[in-house]
Amino acid sequence: MDLFEYQARDIFEKHGVPVLAAAIATTADEAEAAATKIGGKVVVKAQVKVGGRGKAGGVKLAENPADAREKAGAILGMDIKGHEVRTVMIAAAAPIEAEYYLAILLDRSNRTFLVMASVSGGMDIEEVAHTAPEKLAKVPVSAVDGISPTKAAEIIKAANFPAEVADQVAHVLVKLWEVFQSEDATLVEVNPLVKTKDGKVIALDGKVTLDDNADFRQPDHEALIDQAAENPLEAAAKEKGLNYVKLDGEVGIIGNGAGLVMSTLDVVAYAGEKHGGVRPANFLDIGGGASAQVMADGLSIILGDKDVKSVFVNVFGGITACDAVATGIVQALELLGSKATKPIVVRLDGNNVVEGRAILDKAAHPLVQQLDTMDGAANRAAELAAK
Amino acid sequence: MSIFLNENTKVIVQGMTGSEGTKHTRRMLASGTKIVGGVTPGKGGQVVDIDGHQLPVFNTVAEAMSATGANASVVFVPPKFAKAAVIDAIDAAMPLVVVITEGIPVHDSASFYAYSLTKGTTRIVGPNCPGLISPGKSNIGIIPADITGAGPIGLVSKSGTLTYQMMYELRDIGFSTAVGIGGDPVIGTTHIDCLKAFQDDPETTAIVMIGEIGGDAEERAAAFIAEYVTKPVVGYVAGFTAPEGKTMGHAGAIVSGSSGTAQAKKDALEAAGVKVGQTPSETARLLRAILGR
Repeated sequence: MDLFEYQARDIFEKHGVPVLAAAIATTADEAEAAATKIGGKVVVKAQVKVGGRGKAGGVKLAENPADAREKAGAILGMDIKGHEVRTVMIAAAAPIEAEYYLAILLDRSNRTFLVMASVSGGMDIEEVAHTAPEKLAKVPVSAVDGISPTKAAEIIKAANFPAEVADQVAHVLVKLWEVFQSEDATLVEVNPLVKTKDGKVIALDGKVTLDDNADFRQPDHEALIDQAAENPLEAAAKEKGLNYVKLDGEVGIIGNGAGLVMSTLDVVAYAGEKHGGVRPANFLDIGGGASAQVMADGLSIILGDKDVKSVFVNVFGGITACDAVATGIVQALELLGSKATKPIVVRLDGNNVVEGRAILDKAAHPLVQQLDTMDGAANRAAELAAK
Repeated sequence: MSIFLNENTKVIVQGMTGSEGTKHTRRMLASGTKIVGGVTPGKGGQVVDIDGHQLPVFNTVAEAMSATGANASVVFVPPKFAKAAVIDAIDAAMPLVVVITEGIPVHDSASFYAYSLTKGTTRIVGPNCPGLISPGKSNIGIIPADITGAGPIGLVSKSGTLTYQMMYELRDIGFSTAVGIGGDPVIGTTHIDCLKAFQDDPETTAIVMIGEIGGDAEERAAAFIAEYVTKPVVGYVAGFTAPEGKTMGHAGAIVSGSSGTAQAKKDALEAAGVKVGQTPSETARLLRAILGR
């Protein structure tokens, strides 16, 4: 889960990373009140989970509370790269002397953690990474050892931080590691980390990505979910414990195992090229050991998607038994009754396939047809969606 | 021959007394795996009867190893306790640790992987993987044993169900070893480790490599194939239609930015001389053409 800037700021503050005073507002009135409380000049910042908001006009300096009210009024409701601004952060303005960059992330390629640090931070850090990679220090960090003051000193040297800020940056690094580790983050980024005119080092903007697998030991993280931004079908699926992602095509997909389902999307898109360019409508993995109930839940979510024209159920029974899947399809159709109106193409193979196919044959539901191969079934589902 | 396991591999099951552990211990025993015991902290000293096999339970992996001579372990413990279980196995210098558990926080897997490197005596497969099988010899994990038999193909895959699908497609030819390496961002054994082992295994004559979006493991594997592998390799990559920035089930299968796309992986593999199929079935046909079967 990616966090909003203000959520990242709050987590930084909780762990002792230096940040500026700030508050959030969802109306112009709230923005004015927040600016009054903070005092002096403030910055009004759109809260969206997408880069480039500054260039899109989503960050404005306000001279006083009345100005903050006006700026917030203009920013709230803006569309930034398809993201509607529903919240702004009002933060104290700081006179900036230098902008740095710090990030701790998972380095998949090397199966370790990595710190990236640069004294050329700010909006153009990606440009710096491209054109002057020597200005972006990359230092591996062991998951066992973490960032000790000694490690922080090594990073500061590698990135050529000026001596007068070395101690403060070291402190920030150690605290950011604490955020990274204790919050189960996979990314903690500060850009810019600034040096103010009075010589203080402060995290001015932050990005944090949290590992959903760690939810069991991070009870506070549930409150950080942005309920309003969730797709209603995705939210319904999540409630049923299903792994569902809405896409923009016409063929509803149900399968077991993430790899097979991803492959099913591709095979449908490939087959769809011959049928007017129809594409998969979703990703839905019912997982291993899928029961009849899980199949019923999955089918009802997909049949509730108005974009879906046909459904492809693609199951290879490894642990999952095909007879259980077939029973699930039959039960789901009974439950849904007249609400089920779309053709369903089923391909079953593997564990108990003979029994599974027999169950569907016996039920002889008018919407269901079986095909023997994945490619053949994908082609039929695409053909039905194109009609 | 086979890679990483054979008919003499003695396996202990970490988490054998849990419901998943018991279910899969039964399946592994049925497929001929030499299961010699289990580990559940706090339940040491018990003996569990699974389908007539009297299996001793130990508190630690070290105790289990010294009592049974086990040289592999398979981990079915829930995510919350998985790190401690794997660390226990590494501390005992267990040569092979297969982590089936799905949903382990990446800080935990990065941590036990880093720890295994400092010790240098344990190969970890997984986590979030189906395990590995040498049909007719040994089966460590949850791969169904009845899909196919022994044969000359080596298979390495991030995905469990695609492993099964590919074994099914090529069931008349058979496999030396099929390894599901797992789809998580940090895994103990990579495509490259398996490609090297298959290249060095005299009984493997052709290799199938299945990848998916996310990371650059397939690109690295392609470079390794060009440099080291002389046996024919066919490939398949899942995730061409996956949208950017969305996680598709496997925690690792997330595309962000331009690297890690299915197309980039396919291109890299083809540049290394690997024939890449558009669908699993087409991939199987490519392999058949190479083997003349």
